[in-house]
Amino acid sequence: MPEVTVQLPPALLRLFPGSEPEPTVPASSVAEIIDALDQRWPGMRDRLCDSTPRIRRHMNVFVDGERATLATPVTTTSDVFIMTAISGG
Amino acid sequence: MATRVLVLLGTKKGAFILESDAARQNWSLKGPFCETWPINHVIADPETGTIYGAGGNEWFGPAVWKSTDFGETWTHSSEGLAYQAGEEAIKSTWSLAAGNGRLYAGVQPAGLFASDDDGESWTQVQGLRAHPTAPKWQPGGAGLILHSIVIHPEDPNQVWVGISAAGVFHTADGGKTWAPRNTGTRCDYLPEAERYPEFGQCVHCIVMAPSQPNRLYQQNHCGMYRSDDGGQHWESIEQGLPSSFGFPAVAHPRDPSTLFLMPLNGDIAGRYMPDAKAAVWRTRDGGSEWQAMRQGLPQRNAFFGVLRQAMAADQLEPAGVYAGTNTGTLFASADEGETWSDIAHHLPPILSVETLVVGA
Repeated sequence: MPEVTVQLPPALLRLFPGSEPEPTVPASSVAEIIDALDQRWPGMRDRLCDSTPRIRRHMNVFVDGERATLATPVTTTSDVFIMTAISGG
Repeated sequence: MATRVLVLLGTKKGAFILESDAARQNWSLKGPFCETWPINHVIADPETGTIYGAGGNEWFGPAVWKSTDFGETWTHSSEGLAYQAGEEAIKSTWSLAAGNGRLYAGVQPAGLFASDDDGESWTQVQGLRAHPTAPKWQPGGAGLILHSIVIHPEDPNQVWVGISAAGVFHTADGGKTWAPRNTGTRCDYLPEAERYPEFGQCVHCIVMAPSQPNRLYQQNHCGMYRSDDGGQHWESIEQGLPSSFGFPAVAHPRDPSTLFLMPLNGDIAGRYMPDAKAAVWRTRDGGSEWQAMRQGLPQRNAFFGVLRQAMAADQLEPAGVYAGTNTGTLFASADEGETWSDIAHHLPPILSVETLVVGA
């Protein structure tokens, strides 16, 4: 399984004390990244995905600059960003 | 131990806690908590003192927050707080109730979840959404929300819930089966011949009278009601009120015939204080007569509303009553509504008010 580095958004880190902004996890898809994050910080999946299941509407995952879905493949060299979208009021 | 009175606020931007001593004259404010998420309902379990906050965040979804140290630190969980894959996902947690060792959460879209481990994990109460009427439930203005959860104080198998706009439902078998409890409540928004359906009522709030579990009060979109048989029949008690429209209802902590309301001017009239003059309305006889309590409340330019979960009483003698506005002001009375003062203002829109008395 390739090791992938993921950039996590500050608002997510605040919800999980001890979490890291740039963790490296074993994964070959976005879904496996989220599996690995949830294993490391239990509950993180529910913050990033809904039960449909899909990435939450106001969360964005970018892989090499393109908006990704759970099925998007990743490799060791992928640039992976999880970001909060514009939202609020 | 000195008595501490906590007023728990859910707001559009986090939870807040006000604290005072038993005199309830001087208040301090802490917050915002819960990472400024919209928090629809904050309650305390009176048995344990644990505080829970129900909310949902546009980025991160629904969760129930929890503090075991009166708000100093918080954790959050939504483990199990989900429908099956393929169903519409839960948007937000709307309401909470603790009793008989169990914690319940109502969610949007409407459903009921239970936790037997103090909010760490959740299981859906399957029977409610399996009710044959469920596919026909229509959302109210705030969405299809389950907002009122009333637990029988002695029989853990009995629970009433309010769903906008599906009406009141009751279970007597711990949630396996449910029955509508809407007889006598009307739907002014339906054609005249269809105004008393089996379900589809826009219930706004249901509360139980103390020491009389069969006595329920209901503020509805269309009227104010009392039931003395656990919701099997409802009787209108709106005569004498300035309007049939409002959101919250608050039972007295000891007197089953005393109820507090804050009616608004009407559903198509702007939904603010009648004549822009604020009043809490109180009955001492189960709704036959109503008295407007205005002393200390603004009597001009009061263009605010009070939402369905934004009013509460405390357990002290005399009872304190609290009302939070959708313009971020919290009004408080330490004498059962006779006189009022503004104990917090400039807060975000207040979505819920509950109380916890510690060390009394």
